Amino acid sequence: MSLYDKIFPPRKIVLSSGKTVFRPASRLPLIALILVFLTVLSVKITGFDMRVLLERGNQFFVILGMMVPPAFSYSSQVWKPLFDTIKMSLLGTVVGAVLVIPFAMAASTNIIKSPAVVSIMRLFLSIVRTLPTLVTALIATYVFGLGTLAGTTAIAVFTFAYMGKILYEEIETADMGAFEAMEAIGATKVRAFVSAIIPQVLPSYISNGLFCFEGNVRYAAILGYVGAGGLGLILNEKLGWREYPSVGMILIMLFVAVFLIESVSRYCRRKLV
Amino acid sequence: MNKQIEKAYEERPRNTVYQITVSVIVLALILWSGSAVDFSGSGLGGLKIAGNILNGILHPDRKLLFNLTVQGVPYLLLETVCIAFLGTIVGAFLAIPLSFLSASNLMPAPIAYLSRLVIMAVRTIPAFVYGLMFIRVSGPGAFTGLLTMSVCSIGMVSKMYIEAIEDLDTRILESLDACGCNTFQKIRYGILPQLIPNFASTVIYRFDINLRDATVLGLVGAGGIGAPLIFAMNAYRWNEAGAILVGLVVLVLIVEYISTKIRVKLARG
Repeated sequence: MSLYDKIFPPRKIVLSSGKTVFRPASRLPLIALILVFLTVLSVKITGFDMRVLLERGNQFFVILGMMVPPAFSYSSQVWKPLFDTIKMSLLGTVVGAVLVIPFAMAASTNIIKSPAVVSIMRLFLSIVRTLPTLVTALIATYVFGLGTLAGTTAIAVFTFAYMGKILYEEIETADMGAFEAMEAIGATKVRAFVSAIIPQVLPSYISNGLFCFEGNVRYAAILGYVGAGGLGLILNEKLGWREYPSVGMILIMLFVAVFLIESVSRYCRRKLV
Repeated sequence: MNKQIEKAYEERPRNTVYQITVSVIVLALILWSGSAVDFSGSGLGGLKIAGNILNGILHPDRKLLFNLTVQGVPYLLLETVCIAFLGTIVGAFLAIPLSFLSASNLMPAPIAYLSRLVIMAVRTIPAFVYGLMFIRVSGPGAFTGLLTMSVCSIGMVSKMYIEAIEDLDTRILESLDACGCNTFQKIRYGILPQLIPNFASTVIYRFDINLRDATVLGLVGAGGIGAPLIFAMNAYRWNEAGAILVGLVVLVLIVEYISTKIRVKLARG
């Protein structure tokens, strides 16, 4: 019996058969109270104002309107950054997804028996996951210089964090019978992991990797803003010069690229699982 | 017995051609992607800077970290949480009509396909482009950040909503029909109990992501912790950047812990 039930006692209902059942009081008032409080606080702090939105909402479409018609002549200069973005996200995803395997292995409670190692690994993965990608990219530009290497690093770090959590959850739900059998006949942990766990985990691992790659292509387009190469670089430049038709062209090409990649990857994922 | 096993092993299905083709394609793609990376920019200077960054993060500016005024980390974090919270809620509401329009079990195929394309287009435009558009509406500040965040949330949230809607168990509605329930009762007792846990779980998850991504808003001056963080980093004031990063990491860890608890509870009912 929780604290809430003690304050608001459950309603007693006597059924026609003479049996009594308890209906716990609804949690809705408490949840609603918390939500309303947070909303009011947020409205106060962020200065949310419906009037401004209604009066000036049409201003939102001004830039969008200036992007039409897009400058088709500019498209020839978009190809290279676009492919740079795709290459950055592909390489970053592969590097991150491969590097994370040993860490995910060490963070699974069914492979590593020592709770200390597991919790340290999980804390490490959590901390990496909290780092905003943009900040990683900015740091990477200081360390590796401006360019695609910085963007690739940032994407690899993001993929590392994202895949790590999913992978160790996946490993923990794997069937341990084959693993134990292999250990019993004298295989090392790594050998048993490769032969018994990986075949079980592989389809969902590749599927999640592809999903991550889809998202990364979109993300990589932002990274150029901090000088980490790719589409964001020219996007930022054109926005700065207010050449909105060119911006429209870049966005359309990005949209088509993302659409194609998502279609291919969805097809592969459907075949995998 | 052993002969049988060996025979079965010999006759195992083999698709060597398929496997080799896939491997060659994947390898070629990886090699092709490697061509974009140039190592020219990196060098010994990079290592020194990396050391400085690490040093700054390990020795955060305590004055900034525990400063309770408007410039201090705690207030900036509170502002970020508020932007993320309200942005997520507004985005979650905007996503509801879009996702009902694109659910293929409710709508005819052309409409569903079209609204899916709209959602994809909304997702593709990067956050800082939205930021620039909204600055025209509400000027620089937290309000702009909130609007940007809500539009950026639509894509993922509606994608998860659609999945929840398409998984609806229609047999429950049929049995409610058989009991003689009217439309309102069918929605209240048949549809809402199925959708609300899923929707709430999605929204809480998105709140986590928005909190993490709030730094992006700093790029266009849309409030929150992003702008001070990027200014500090651009000015090489690593102690300040360290203080902000430490605050952000701790906040995200706490929020993630709480939200995972709530989501597990929602999933188990």
